[in-house]
Amino acid sequence: MTTLFGLGQGLFLALYTGQVYSLFKLLPPQDGPLFYGIGSGLVLGLLIVGLIASVFHLGHPKKALGALTQWRTSWLSREAILLPVLLFLVFLYGGLHLLNWKPVLFSIGEGVQIDLTLMIGGVATLVCFGLYLATAMIYASLRLLQEWATPLTVINFLLLGGASGFTLATTFAMTSAPQLVEFYGTWAIVITLTGFCSRGISLYRNSQLRYQSKLQSAIGIRHDQIRQLHQGAMGGNFNTKEFFHGREAELLQQIQWGFLILGFILPILLLTVGLVMETIELLTAAVLIQYTGLLLERWFFFADSKHPQNLYYRATNQHC
Amino acid sequence: MTQLALVIDLNVCVGCSACVTSCKEWNTSGEAGPLSDSNPYGKDPSGTFFNRVQTFEVGTFPLTEVVHFPKSCMHCEDPPCVPVCPTGASYKREEDGIVLVDADKCIGCKYCAWACPYGAREFDEQQRVMKKCTLCVDRIYNEELPEAERLPACVRACPAEARIFGDIHDPESEVSVLIREQGGYQLMPELGASPSNHYLPRRKIHRKIQKDELLRADNPLKKERLPKPSPDEPSLDDVTSW
Repeated sequence: MTTLFGLGQGLFLALYTGQVYSLFKLLPPQDGPLFYGIGSGLVLGLLIVGLIASVFHLGHPKKALGALTQWRTSWLSREAILLPVLLFLVFLYGGLHLLNWKPVLFSIGEGVQIDLTLMIGGVATLVCFGLYLATAMIYASLRLLQEWATPLTVINFLLLGGASGFTLATTFAMTSAPQLVEFYGTWAIVITLTGFCSRGISLYRNSQLRYQSKLQSAIGIRHDQIRQLHQGAMGGNFNTKEFFHGREAELLQQIQWGFLILGFILPILLLTVGLVMETIELLTAAVLIQYTGLLLERWFFFADSKHPQNLYYRATNQHC
Repeated sequence: MTQLALVIDLNVCVGCSACVTSCKEWNTSGEAGPLSDSNPYGKDPSGTFFNRVQTFEVGTFPLTEVVHFPKSCMHCEDPPCVPVCPTGASYKREEDGIVLVDADKCIGCKYCAWACPYGAREFDEQQRVMKKCTLCVDRIYNEELPEAERLPACVRACPAEARIFGDIHDPESEVSVLIREQGGYQLMPELGASPSNHYLPRRKIHRKIQKDELLRADNPLKKERLPKPSPDEPSLDDVTSW
């Protein structure tokens, strides 16, 4: 779900960046309303699928509207508010482009005209960044999960979502606006590379973590040798299922390499070759492979976190 | 302000799990609906509990000690599970500091369980909402119960009196005195949630018995120079306990 949001938001940012660049005549303008219109439609589609997936993974989807109330304290609530706002703005943005209704509001200097779509796109971009922040802060705000509680989480969510969005924009431009392919492709490579670096830094950081809590502080017994004999449940319970992935450490290692290759290295290669040879197949492959890689990355992100409550379930899984 | 909490004495807990079963019995029968079980008599039984007793072996054999460790919601003074809740279903009561979940508002997103360091919240697979210890809020104020029974079910069930219930903000309450005088401690204080439940540590209770304690000796040190009774008065043995 978070990967879908990231992809959709990234694509929107790509579209809007294109429009702003063409405003300043750095890029050839896309006069045909279809490019932005269909692009926004794609964004809406991705975000709505993400929204549906996230609502239906709740215990009670029918009561989901209640999640809009606690924006003062809860990042999850903030995300739930920003997402429909973004949906609405992207809908307006795409709709105005499709109708080709762009009343000029004002102009800066000579020939730079700010029209309505540009204004709405600007607001939507801010909301987009806010939404990235909110999604990432859901995890980064949990101080007890030291793997997540770092600004790197926010940076990674932004860069990884942006990278997949720009890669998708490259492929999309290949079909509808070939003169933008190079622009999007270059940005996709730059953002993917930056994301590779920041995710690498966070992997290194997490490998060096010293944990605040130990079994000794969890049960308050100062002794080096403590072994759990019984964990308060004959079978498993919610605590052993929710917080343990139950996989071997080797698999985790493999997945880490998997997402580094599929999410970053292969897409960069495919994008580069695809840009030079101008083949849509390679670019499409880049989108699909990168998205698969980012799904692995998100799985790893969750599996990599060591929840302090696991200290009370040491008998369950020694790997965690 | 009141902060109700439990004090759990690890020195006397024998790990009988009476608190676990009485908790389940009371809370599965309440208005909030059952604490559901799945497959209770089959393979991989699973179910929702507010309170569990875990057991740890400390030391290396033969120098070991077995510690039974009951754990339920800590009713933290600064509960990390409350601000993260997107619907406001998770809340801390102003009047007595009990942390509760409003099942009507809970959407089952499990975010609170991730925010709690103690693993005190369990998701009910049947009702699909988050559940947790209520400190038997439906017992302790329940006027239909005799006053002596207005205690959490686990506290009433404990045969060793290892669970003591009271207001930790009242310095003269039984729990506050125990925490103060017997070294009551919090779990994972480094995480800053300031849990209200406290644990009393294991204590060494060796007693040196002197040889003369095994024999009955009347006034062995002859400390008191008691006056000799005159012949017409009752003798010493008639008026004193020795």
